Amino acid sequence: MKLMKQLLAMATIAFATAAQAAPAAPANEAPDALVKRISQDVLDTAKNDKSIQAGDIKRVTELVETKILPYVDFQRMTSLAAGRFWRDATPDQQQQLSSEFRTLLIYTYSGALSQVRNETVEFKPLRADPGDTDVEVRSQVNMPRGEPVPLNYRVSKTPTGWKIYDINVLGAWLVETYKSSFASEISKGGIDGLIKTLQAKNKALANRPAPKAK
Amino acid sequence: MSELNKHSTTGRMSRIGLALAIAATLSACASTTANNPADPFEGYNRAMFKFNDTVDTYALKPAATAYKTVLPSFVQTGVGNFFGNLSDAWSAVNNLLQGKGEKGLQDIARVGMNTTFGIFGLIDFASPAGIPKHNEDFGQTLGWYGVQSGPYLMLPLLGPSTVRDTVALPADIAGDPWRYKEPVSVRNIGTATRVVDKRASLLDATNLMEAAALDRYEFIRDGFLQARESKVFDGDLSRSKKNKNDSSSLDSGHDDLKQAPMTADVAPEATAVVPAPVELVTSGSNTVAAQAKPQE
Repeated sequence: MKLMKQLLAMATIAFATAAQAAPAAPANEAPDALVKRISQDVLDTAKNDKSIQAGDIKRVTELVETKILPYVDFQRMTSLAAGRFWRDATPDQQQQLSSEFRTLLIYTYSGALSQVRNETVEFKPLRADPGDTDVEVRSQVNMPRGEPVPLNYRVSKTPTGWKIYDINVLGAWLVETYKSSFASEISKGGIDGLIKTLQAKNKALANRPAPKAK
Repeated sequence: MSELNKHSTTGRMSRIGLALAIAATLSACASTTANNPADPFEGYNRAMFKFNDTVDTYALKPAATAYKTVLPSFVQTGVGNFFGNLSDAWSAVNNLLQGKGEKGLQDIARVGMNTTFGIFGLIDFASPAGIPKHNEDFGQTLGWYGVQSGPYLMLPLLGPSTVRDTVALPADIAGDPWRYKEPVSVRNIGTATRVVDKRASLLDATNLMEAAALDRYEFIRDGFLQARESKVFDGDLSRSKKNKNDSSSLDSGHDDLKQAPMTADVAPEATAVVPAPVELVTSGSNTVAAQAKPQE
């Protein structure tokens, strides 16, 4: 349980870490270079932004939207989490599902981002052939205290460049971790049931009191 | 007499645990269908999860929150480091049992360094000096040698585990140096502090998890099982090949430390890795060293 928690927090950072934006990426930027650039940018921003550290959800969302989202393939992430049920969903349902899932993840990450302080990220050498279109970028977050947290990304090549579609914190893949929750919600109330659950969850998160700055 | 005490404490503890477990099992029989093959005891596990959660909500979490609010952070770090140092000793044993010579030596170097310069482990000099912490336990050692994890198992008070790791637990308990601390009163106070400190260090993460999960039980289970499996194989799940002992290439890049001579097989590619990270780590240690010097 503690593992998970630690991890989640880290994952968040990781994700966070994963994104940086504005300067148009060089067209053939290597996947690990991309993740590295995003991570560094997000970490730096989070460390230097007082309102992010205070847990200002609007600022965090902004950061996530500008620096991370352009490099994440949410549609793919959601379809993997939904597994075999994805094909049964109408395009409209698919669209709603991935947008709600996205919101949920943003809320989660915003919590994690506000906790970034003295962590540093180290990248491991990429094990991939130049022709690969699907690679795993591996890194670890060095904590001020305790064991480094492994943080890996699955990245695949799309027509619009490399996109992250799964994140691994402490050995647990995000998609895999959501898979059975998705499956049990779907078995209870179908795709619409899952969408409703996500909506309710997001609503509750939107209304919760802002996290206090430490 | 202390011997007696020790036994009666453990005995009582385990009896309480057993009683709780039975109670939870009975109350769990009512419902829940287990539909995950990795979790055939879902009914029992969920009940125990709920029980643990209640204990956490009413006792542990408030204590941890108070601890975190009241104590200066250097005290909290000291407490965490102190117990972390004790567990490094057991990590060393397990790394060596798994034939991971380099990591085992690193653990020994950590304990040596932190126990002496770090004043009985209160200060962790080894991490900033680039000797990483490992946290190995006996369950991982069993897993390393091919023992399957078996079903998921939620333990009373201890939280998520698996059948394999539960079987390994007595060894971990026996391998914990604090278990032999005399007098027993000090041991008990220490253990309580350790638990509260651990919980306090996880407060932010748990709050976060509450936000992330649709069903916290499933979320924790599925995350835990993956993380645990990955921990057993040190992040390299393509197990089959034996040459992965030092696959955590990052560990080997710190040639600049004055460690005990490490002849252990450093994977050739590993040495080439991480120039930048080493710099990071090194600069970190300089800072720490700079801050630490005046105190000596």
